[in-house]
Amino acid sequence: MASYQAKFQVWRGDASGGAFTDYDVEVNEGEVVLDIIHRIQATQAGDLAVRWNCKAGKCGSCSAEVNGKPRLTCMTRMSTFSQEETINVSPIRAFPIIKDLVTDVSFNYEMAKKVQAFTPPEGLQPGEYRMQQVDVERSQEFRKCIECFLCQNVCHVIRDHEENKQHFAGPRFLMQAAELEMHPLDTADRRQVAEEELGLGFCNITKCCTEVCPENIHITDNALIPLKERVIDTKYDPLSFLWRKFKAPDAKRR
Amino acid sequence: MSEMERHAYDVVVIGAGGSGLRAAIEAHEQGAKTAIVCKSLLGKAHTVMAEGGIAAAMGNVWEQDNWQVHFRDTMRGGKMLNHWRMAQLHAQEAPQRVYELETWGALFDRTKEGKISQRDFGGHRYARLAHVGDRTGLEMIRTLQQRAVSLGIDVFMECTITELLKDGDRISGAFGYWRESGRFICFEAPSVILATGGIGKSFQITSNSWEYTGDGHAMAMRAGATLVNMEFVQFHPTGMVWPPSVKGILITESVRGEGGVLRNSEGKRFMFDYISEYFKHETADSEEEADRWYDDHVNNRRPPELLPRDEVARAINAEIKAGRGSPHGGVFLDVASRRSAEDIKRRLPSMYHQFKELADVDITAEPMEVAPTCHYVMGGVEVDPDSAQSLVPGLYAAGEVAGGMHGSNRLGGNSLSDLLVFGKRAGEYAASYAQGLTDRPKVDDGQVSGAGREALAAFEVEDGENPYTLHQDLQKTMQSLAGIIRRGEDLQEALETLPSYKERLDRLTVEGNRQYNPGWHLALDLKNMVLVSECLAKAALERTESRGGHTREDFPGPDEGWGKKNIVCRVAGDGVDIATQPLPEMPDDLKALFEE
Repeated sequence: MASYQAKFQVWRGDASGGAFTDYDVEVNEGEVVLDIIHRIQATQAGDLAVRWNCKAGKCGSCSAEVNGKPRLTCMTRMSTFSQEETINVSPIRAFPIIKDLVTDVSFNYEMAKKVQAFTPPEGLQPGEYRMQQVDVERSQEFRKCIECFLCQNVCHVIRDHEENKQHFAGPRFLMQAAELEMHPLDTADRRQVAEEELGLGFCNITKCCTEVCPENIHITDNALIPLKERVIDTKYDPLSFLWRKFKAPDAKRR
Repeated sequence: MSEMERHAYDVVVIGAGGSGLRAAIEAHEQGAKTAIVCKSLLGKAHTVMAEGGIAAAMGNVWEQDNWQVHFRDTMRGGKMLNHWRMAQLHAQEAPQRVYELETWGALFDRTKEGKISQRDFGGHRYARLAHVGDRTGLEMIRTLQQRAVSLGIDVFMECTITELLKDGDRISGAFGYWRESGRFICFEAPSVILATGGIGKSFQITSNSWEYTGDGHAMAMRAGATLVNMEFVQFHPTGMVWPPSVKGILITESVRGEGGVLRNSEGKRFMFDYISEYFKHETADSEEEADRWYDDHVNNRRPPELLPRDEVARAINAEIKAGRGSPHGGVFLDVASRRSAEDIKRRLPSMYHQFKELADVDITAEPMEVAPTCHYVMGGVEVDPDSAQSLVPGLYAAGEVAGGMHGSNRLGGNSLSDLLVFGKRAGEYAASYAQGLTDRPKVDDGQVSGAGREALAAFEVEDGENPYTLHQDLQKTMQSLAGIIRRGEDLQEALETLPSYKERLDRLTVEGNRQYNPGWHLALDLKNMVLVSECLAKAALERTESRGGHTREDFPGPDEGWGKKNIVCRVAGDGVDIATQPLPEMPDDLKALFEE
């Protein structure tokens, strides 16, 4: 495969509006969409706005929609498109546009503030923590999250219903609540916050968040559904709830 | 001027990587009104890319480990050019800093006894790196980020600081702009902590994030601080050079530890030609012995591919320069012909997955093209070892932007513990300094308007220079003339070229408006990159020896005289002056640790 000239359509504009702009740009073997965006910046549009940082799939900055599909542009290989194909790059749709491919993701940082911090047992000193690998693995899966917000972007509760943003934090932060709920040493009860502050009830388990996760975290099956199950336990089985309260130190071991 | 956005704080932290976040947490907990200002979104700093682990002598896996051994390993790794006090504090305090992360929610891998697991790494006598798989940097950033959020610390995201402000000799604040709108912002603060990371974007092949443009280094110098050890740059021996989608991504030493070998364009396994006298007794001298080592460490010596990083980087560079490189300017790292596909996928799952996903490169089927890749700068702002304060009152530096801790070469894993130990110290002392003032320094409006005019200069130039083109030229100059292997003539040539880049800085032009304009952002960053590049080249020319992250082809060995001196850089006019200064004397009880 040699170099070739590709046709790119990149959304350009700002909060007041915009349109797709056509670019003819060289593509070399082994490049990803982000490489092409950088070449457009360097040679044709110095003010083309795009976020990126690591270019290695580790920081989650370069989320965009490529041919309508939410992707990390640093992980979208040009070899997956044909040379004749026009590549369409637009900002992720769930958040307000700042400029070009850069969106206002501040919603996510506000929601992060609603997740209560890890709460270890009172009196347990640094260095005294003892946990088994098998017990930390569940939460470790969720802590692979790079906060690319693609799951937030595709969640139709957020994407299609602006008014829901007041009541629903989205899969990223519900997963964070689940992570803490499953932390072997966390003593706070995450269920009430998950339902009342983060809007767990809005999630209807369509799994589009899981499908889009670049870290392949099983957001729905391993985090959201178990969290829903625990919330239901609290509401509909008061005796088992009281029993768990009584056995507080082991309350979360299931 | 009255319409400019202004904020008053006790402590302003510039940068939200590991050291910046840790500094802010500490300053806040000490009661100082604290702000974090970061160029990218919160949680996106370069620290997320660190993989290996945090070095700390907790003794969870080897109970005979302790701070004295960690201190000795660090000084030896730095070839004794480290500031001994920094290395001492680092070794003593790292364990507690790691345990704190646990109390804030970090979930490290565990030992059978339920303690934090620790792994081996080159240069460390004992398994010492606390880790979470191969994503320890992400775990650290997320933990600190979540801690900072839960404390309610103010964070100014996607905000770039371009200049420090002073009242007489003291820091009075910082000036910058919002990337989103391009509008200016001014912070009034008696304490400013630089946590801006490294300088890697001055090089063509680098693992570093776009943020690593030497902002903190350059601003500190312009404010009157000095830089130390700027000639020492760590090149990871095996970074990808092809395909472009993964250029600069580091390939962990574990690939070579699992059988990967280095070959030149002739297919020769060349590392055997580069075993220096110092390592001969512990390194295999034939392929047969090297290959047997993988199954039997006791009766065979290790493969030369597992020599320390600087040895391997030097060898690779020599092969490339001799014309025996791979098609895209590297050498081949071959694990495909040495292990079965199943074995590779089982032992190196993240490496396999990463390259398959990012580049459609199947490391089980074909060799990788690798070359020395700019990874870390040992040099940085000269600071007091205990307080992290620079020569400028009120100006602190921590993490990669600070110099002295690592001497001439950094041990793997020490960079993450450095962030935590000195981030905390910077935060603590910056808060104390601000809280102890009887009169607070005042921001000078003349300095603010001057910084504003300078920031907007590129919009006034018509038919000028493309900032992207100047950046590419700078990267090419630094990579080829001041890269892993240096020569006096090359460094001289770099120093003759840099003034022309300085002239071109004044002719940079940007298109469009101020709103989220990457061309403008780059134009501003380039000033810092050029200044830092001059420091590096001058210091490298001056040090006529080879040591750690500084290799001179024309002075191939270490020199005893240079082993007792650091080089410091300061701004002089519109250029850089360098001077040497003696290493601080190590106390006898610490010296005794090196008599073995």
